[in-house]
Amino acid sequence: MMRIRIRFHKKGKVRFVSHRDVARIWERAFRRAGIAVAYSQGFSPRQKLSFGLALSTGHESEAEFLEVELVDDRYRDQKTWEADRGLSPAMEVVEALNAALPIGMDVVAVAPIEKGDSLQQAVVACTWSIDVDDISREEAEAWVADVLSRAEIVVERERKGKPVIEDLRPHVHALGVTGATETGVRLTADLGTQPRALRPTELLVAVDPPLVARSVCRMNQWTSQGTDREEPLTAPVAPAPLAKVPA
Amino acid sequence: MTVPDHHPGAVAWLLLYPDTYEVGLPNQGLQILYEILNERPDAVAERSYAPWTDLAEVLRREGLPLFSVDTHRAARDFDVLAFNLSAELVYTNVLECLDLAGIPIRTAHRTDDDPLVLVGGHCAYNPEPLADFVDAAVLGDGEEVVGEITEVLAAWKAEGGGVRVDLHRRLATVAGVYVPSLYEVTFADGRLQGVRPSSETVEVVEKRTVADLADWPYPKQQLVPLTEVVHDRLNVEVFRGCTRGCRFCQAGMITRPVRERPAAQVRTMVADGLRRTGYDEVALTSLSTADFSGIEQVVAETVADDACGQVSVSLPSLRVDAFTVGIAAEIQKARRTGLTFAPEAGSWRMRQVINKLIREEDLYAAVESAYSQGWRRVKLYFLTGLPTETDQDTLGILEMARRCVEVGRQHLRNPSVTVSVGGFVPKPFTPFQWFGQNTEAELRRKVGILRDELKRDTKGYRGVQLKWHDPRATAIEGLLSRGDRRVGAVVEDVWRSGGVFQEWSEHFSLELWTAALERQGLTLEEMVYRHRTEDEAFAWDHLSAGLHRDFLWEDWRDALEAVGLEDCRWTPCYDCGACTGYGIEHVVASATPPAGGSQGTGQDLANGGEVPVLLTERPNQGQPVPVGGG
Repeated sequence: MMRIRIRFHKKGKVRFVSHRDVARIWERAFRRAGIAVAYSQGFSPRQKLSFGLALSTGHESEAEFLEVELVDDRYRDQKTWEADRGLSPAMEVVEALNAALPIGMDVVAVAPIEKGDSLQQAVVACTWSIDVDDISREEAEAWVADVLSRAEIVVERERKGKPVIEDLRPHVHALGVTGATETGVRLTADLGTQPRALRPTELLVAVDPPLVARSVCRMNQWTSQGTDREEPLTAPVAPAPLAKVPA
Repeated sequence: MTVPDHHPGAVAWLLLYPDTYEVGLPNQGLQILYEILNERPDAVAERSYAPWTDLAEVLRREGLPLFSVDTHRAARDFDVLAFNLSAELVYTNVLECLDLAGIPIRTAHRTDDDPLVLVGGHCAYNPEPLADFVDAAVLGDGEEVVGEITEVLAAWKAEGGGVRVDLHRRLATVAGVYVPSLYEVTFADGRLQGVRPSSETVEVVEKRTVADLADWPYPKQQLVPLTEVVHDRLNVEVFRGCTRGCRFCQAGMITRPVRERPAAQVRTMVADGLRRTGYDEVALTSLSTADFSGIEQVVAETVADDACGQVSVSLPSLRVDAFTVGIAAEIQKARRTGLTFAPEAGSWRMRQVINKLIREEDLYAAVESAYSQGWRRVKLYFLTGLPTETDQDTLGILEMARRCVEVGRQHLRNPSVTVSVGGFVPKPFTPFQWFGQNTEAELRRKVGILRDELKRDTKGYRGVQLKWHDPRATAIEGLLSRGDRRVGAVVEDVWRSGGVFQEWSEHFSLELWTAALERQGLTLEEMVYRHRTEDEAFAWDHLSAGLHRDFLWEDWRDALEAVGLEDCRWTPCYDCGACTGYGIEHVVASATPPAGGSQGTGQDLANGGEVPVLLTERPNQGQPVPVGGG
C-alpha cells in the first residue's frame, strides 16, 4: 500500500461544483483511470480519500490537496514508485488522472508521502487572490491600510445556533493590493486557518466599505510560516500538462 | 464530451426535459436521442432543462433567453425544441420553457422562423391538452423517427424554408408523427365527439416501435453529471416492453411487445459503461428486470467482472418473489438497507381486478428472504382508488404490511415496513381508460381510513409507516392524463397564474387549477371522475399504440369480474394488436417463464391455465399465513 498526495487545480466553470461533488468526481476519476485505491471496510465500503480544507463553492484554486492510498500493483510501494518505465510512475498517475478529470480540474503534482497529520490540521494559512470590481487602486489601498492598521476586527457570527464574538484581525497575516484587473483590482491575502479558517469573503465584509469579490482563487496552502514556509506539495514535482482551462 | 458541431447543413435539435436538471439529466430516452442525433452528419443536438423559479426570475430580469447546457446557445436559435413528457404535471413547465425561450407558446402565433416544437415520451400518447402549443407529437420509440424528422427538416432548410403549414404537412407524412393543427376537434353538448383530419392526412397516427433493441445499443456514452442527480449511476436498459398485463399500467400497454437486448450486448454495455463513466453502480432497467431471460447469469458475470473496483448492481423494478430477492442478495453484497416491492393492492380480489397476480405467499416469502439476508427495511408500493375497490381492500394494505413486519420480527428486533400509497390515475390505452377516477375527497377519505386504522392500534401496527401521494395532485394528473383539447386553455391559465413546477409539492396549487377550470367552464366531475361508456369518444382515438379498442374493452370487462389474464410472452396470443398490427414479435431469449414467482405468469401455479379458483379467496382468513412457501 502506498500513500500519495496530489495537488490539483479547480478553475473555470467547475468552480461551481461543491466540495462533496468534487469528492465524487475523484472517486469516479480513479476508477476511470484504472488506478486501484484502498476501500474502507464495513457496511458501505468507500474509497479512502482525504481532502484538506474545503474550498467554498464558487472559488477557484491552484492549491487543492488530496491524499489517497493506492493498492495498485504498479504503485504499491517505494520500489515500484521508483521504477523506470520510460514515463515516471508519478507522471503516469498524473496523465491517467488528468484524462479522467473534467475540464478545469487538473493534477499538477503527485508524490508519495508518509502517513502524518491530516492536511486540515497541518495547514496553518492560505494565500488568496481576490479580484474586486468597481474600485480604484487608491480606494483599495486605503481599505487595505485600514484593515492592517486595526488592532482588532471584531465580528459577531452564529455558531451552532449561538452568537459568538470573534476577532478576525489575528488571522490576517498579510494583505495587499497586488495588481489591476480590467474592471478593478486584485488583492492578495494570507489568511490563517487555525483553529478555524478565515474565509476571504468574511474579511471583505468585516470592514467598511464592504467589498464584493468578483472572483476568488486559492493560490497556496502553507504548513509553516515565515520566510522558509512550506506547502504540502509544491507544483510541479512532476512536470504536468498545462491546465485545460477554457477562457 | 465532444462539442456539438453546428453547421449550416445540420438540423439543430434542443432536447428539453421540462423539470430540473437533477431530475431530467438521467432520463434515458433523452440521452439515447441526444447520442443518435449527434452521430448523424445532418443533425446536432444539445440539451436543456427547466430553470428553477429563481433562475427563471434572473433570466427574465436580465433579458436572457433559455439556453442549452452544452454550449449556452439560445433556445430559439435551434431548429427544433423537443420536449420529453414523462409526467403530466410538467405541462405548465413546457409553456414556461417556450416563453423563456422567446417563442410564442401557441402554435398558431408562431412565425415561419420560429423553431418547431415537438413532444414525445409516454404522456405524448394523449397530447391533446398540449395540442395548441406543439407543432407535433411523436408516438412511441424515438430511435428511428428522429432521423426521419431530421431528413424532412434538412430538405426543408435546403430549399430555403417556407410557410409553416407546409412544413406541418410534410411532417405529418412521417409515421408516428401527429400534427394537431391538421386535425379538427368536434364537441356536442359539452362532450367530445371526435378528432378528425381537417386536411389530407392519416385518420389514425400509429406509434413507432423498434423491432430489435440489439440494433440500438444506446446510450453508448452515458452522460456523467458533475453534480449529484437522481439515479446517479450507469443505467443499461435490458428490455423494452412488458406483457405482464397489469391493467393500471400504461407503460406495459403502450410499449408492447417485449424486446430483450441480447445478454452479450448487455454485458458489453455494462462493462464499457462502467469503465467509461467510473460509476460503481449499474442499474439494469426495464419494466420488470427479473423477467429478463438469463438474468441470473448476467448479474453473476457483472458482479464477477470487478475490473472497475467494487461494483454494485441494482434492479429498480423487483418482482415480488423470493427468487428475485435471491438475485438481489447475489448482487448487493453490501449496503443492504432497503428493498422495494409493488404488490399494488391489498387483497387478492383487487389484484385480480388489476391483473397483478401476486399471491400473499409470494410477498411474505420475498419479505422473509429479504429480512433473513440482512435487509432492514422493506418498502411496499400500493395504489388506492382502483376500480371496484372497497374499504376492505384498502385496509388490506395495512394487513399485508403488518404481516410483513411479523415476518421481519423473526430476524430483526425492529423491522420497518414503509407503505407508500398513491391515488390511481386511469391512463389512455389501458383497460382502465373507461374508469371514473376516484374524487379527491374519496381518495382523501381512503388515506384517512388508513391513518385512522394505524392510530386505532398503534401497538399492532408497530413498524408500519404510511406515506401517501397528495390526492389533490392526483386529481390534476387525472385531468391532464385523459383531457381533451379544451384542457389546453386550463394549462395556459395555470401557467399564466404562475403555476410552474406543479409536480413539486412546494409549488403545486390545486386552487390555480380549479380556478382555471371554472374560467373555462369545465369541471373535474365531467373530465375526470365520470365513468365513460363503451362507445364514448376518447381524445386519443385518432392515435394508436397498436392495441385494439375491443381488446381493451374486453380486458376492462374481465377486470370488473376479477378475471386475471396471463402473460402472453409464454402463452398463446390474445391478439391485443401490438404485434400483429405492426408485423413484429416478442424478442425473448428464453421461451420458458422465469423460475420462482407466480406474478402474472400463471404457469407455475398448481393447475396452470386460468388462475386457480382456490386462490380467488384468501385461505385461512384471519389466520397467519405460512411463511416461506410459494
